[in-house]
Amino acid sequence: MTDVDLTGARKVAAFAPDLLQSTEHHLCPGCGHPVAWRLLVEVLAELELVDRSIGVVGHGCYTQIITTADVEFLQCLHGRAPAVATGVKRMLPDRAVYTIQGDGDMVSEGLAEVLHAAARGEPITCLMLNNGVFGDTGGQMTATTTVGQRTKTSLDGRSADDHGHPIDVPEIVASFPGVAYVARGAVDKPNAVARTRRYLREAFASQLAGEGFSLVEVLTMCPTGWAVPTDQGAQYQRDQMNPTFPIGELRPRAMPPGA
Amino acid sequence: MTARGTVVMALDRCKGCGLCVPVCRPGALEMTDERNAKGYVLPRLLDGCTGCRACAEVCPDFVFEVYRFDPVTMGASDEEVG
Amino acid sequence: MTLVLREGYDAMAAAAVDCGCRFFAGYPMLPFTGLLDAFARELPRVDGVLIQADTEIEGANMALGAAATGARAATGSTGQGIALMQETIAEAALNELPLVVFNVARGQQDYFQATRGGGWGDYRTIALAPASVVEAAELTTLAFELADEWMTPVVLYADHMIGFTQMTIEQQAAGAARPAPDKPWALDGSSGGTGRSKVIWTWRQGKHNTPGPGPNRHWQSVAQKYDELAAVESRHVARHVDDAELVVVSFGTTGAFVDYVVDELRAEGHRIGTFRPVTLWPFPSDALATVARGDACKLMLVHELNAGQMIDDVRLAVEGARPVRAIGGVSQDESGMRQGDLLQVDVIRTRILDAMTGAGR
Repeated sequence: MTDVDLTGARKVAAFAPDLLQSTEHHLCPGCGHPVAWRLLVEVLAELELVDRSIGVVGHGCYTQIITTADVEFLQCLHGRAPAVATGVKRMLPDRAVYTIQGDGDMVSEGLAEVLHAAARGEPITCLMLNNGVFGDTGGQMTATTTVGQRTKTSLDGRSADDHGHPIDVPEIVASFPGVAYVARGAVDKPNAVARTRRYLREAFASQLAGEGFSLVEVLTMCPTGWAVPTDQGAQYQRDQMNPTFPIGELRPRAMPPGA
Repeated sequence: MTARGTVVMALDRCKGCGLCVPVCRPGALEMTDERNAKGYVLPRLLDGCTGCRACAEVCPDFVFEVYRFDPVTMGASDEEVG
Repeated sequence: MTLVLREGYDAMAAAAVDCGCRFFAGYPMLPFTGLLDAFARELPRVDGVLIQADTEIEGANMALGAAATGARAATGSTGQGIALMQETIAEAALNELPLVVFNVARGQQDYFQATRGGGWGDYRTIALAPASVVEAAELTTLAFELADEWMTPVVLYADHMIGFTQMTIEQQAAGAARPAPDKPWALDGSSGGTGRSKVIWTWRQGKHNTPGPGPNRHWQSVAQKYDELAAVESRHVARHVDDAELVVVSFGTTGAFVDYVVDELRAEGHRIGTFRPVTLWPFPSDALATVARGDACKLMLVHELNAGQMIDDVRLAVEGARPVRAIGGVSQDESGMRQGDLLQVDVIRTRILDAMTGAGR
């Protein structure tokens, strides 16, 4: 690589947030999880939550964040993060308590936990990184695998007749009273990244304001699990996942009185 | 053409995913046949970078550090990341 | 000293709250439900948190989360519900988190569950088995103390009889329990951004800046800790064993009935004693072996209301030095919710006398 002449230049994007102790990770080429990690730590820093937040992290490829992000973590059993986070938040109500889970973790194993936490209006923020596969175990189908999506356990593509339909947790919990904010973002292109950063900010802000339960689902590319070339992961996501999992705020924060 | 921006790339950690190429609106990135020590193919910067940060926004491996060259004339504004 | 009349449920909940328990989560199941109800009454008076979870698994995980913040936290259920919690209990053990788990059991059939566990990996839990309401309150306090001291889950094996019995107990003086130790490992968010932020994780690989021992060395150290704990924390009650030809081993509420019968038999001149493990784990093997190998002892009987669970630990401790015979068995009442006929003193008496005869006395 040739040296770059930076005379008269000002930096507008650093390599990585300072909060990541290392930029090295073992995630696959083209994986969307690290982009979501970056957004999370950016928002924690922006909202000055670095030294007053606790992340409860489930089991998946994304779990590696706990070895690099310089914030406190409790790694917990598959699916149980919303329950564990509830115990943490009830004892430390003035901290920002959030979960990081995959779709397999939250929607397959942990569906009861997240629905009950939402129904309780528990003031925690649940993050679901959704790539429609159990990536860590090699790419099996989950409860969010889209119809037609080929996985190790839906080799001919998920069939509604054989495997049923995927579950959209944000749409379900958006209707619960006591839920303060629900959104779904993605990291496949720059404006999606920007929107997702805003959704995360809104979710944590709603928790800090004591408004109730918040949830942000983030579509993350998994070219390995999708068996597509890495440079086609983003388009595959837009073609295959976005129609089932539309991007946007499903439950915006309530307007404050007098607004 | 005077470049409006540039990037510094930490190519040792690039994994050759190629996600940066299509998001660069000026088309200032292309993948090469060069490989790093891990064996991944690498991008290179062409002319036309505007410092819009799109590559840094989507890169999963923190490869990009993005710079803008400040405009010489008063009143010029930075293009925002779209 | 103030004496109060308390039902077992209230006694345990009050003891827990008095020694600083501020979080309880559980799911109703008879006969545990009375304890959940008792915590629902007790915790609000100290601004504690009671959550009725929507599954046992959820309740155990909530309590684990609370414990990770350094709070004294507990959960509980009855055997089937404790079965659902096994993964979580193992997780707490391998994370070295203090977590008290109340099993208000339907009888004595959960001994294996309490002492072997059904979770994964090399872990143990301390298991305490009270024989009465008074002891249940005392052991509740001890459970929280031991959980904190050894950074481990502790199972308190109570039962239907303890739950529903009322007894006069001494009201705990405020602050009588040992205060919780410092917990530098506990999470409160504040180490974030310091370069040495905490992570609690059964794999204990640590972080980039602060690498941990990794799963192999961590799990080895956990196993070693349980060996150290076992060497010093076993508890038992032995009565009249010095001259006893026949020693009856039992646990929990059965022990109170066995003691009653043995006292009767001693008054009639029989050289008989009792041995009651108070810690089911660590099982008081050394103490039991000493009794078995004593000059007086010729035979050990085990009276437990199950198909034979504690008897395995008795045999392991005795190591063939004396014959060990079961005189108990599966015994539930017709509702299935509590112990049945084998808890009656005349039945116990008959079985002991039959065993004496069989021993050729």
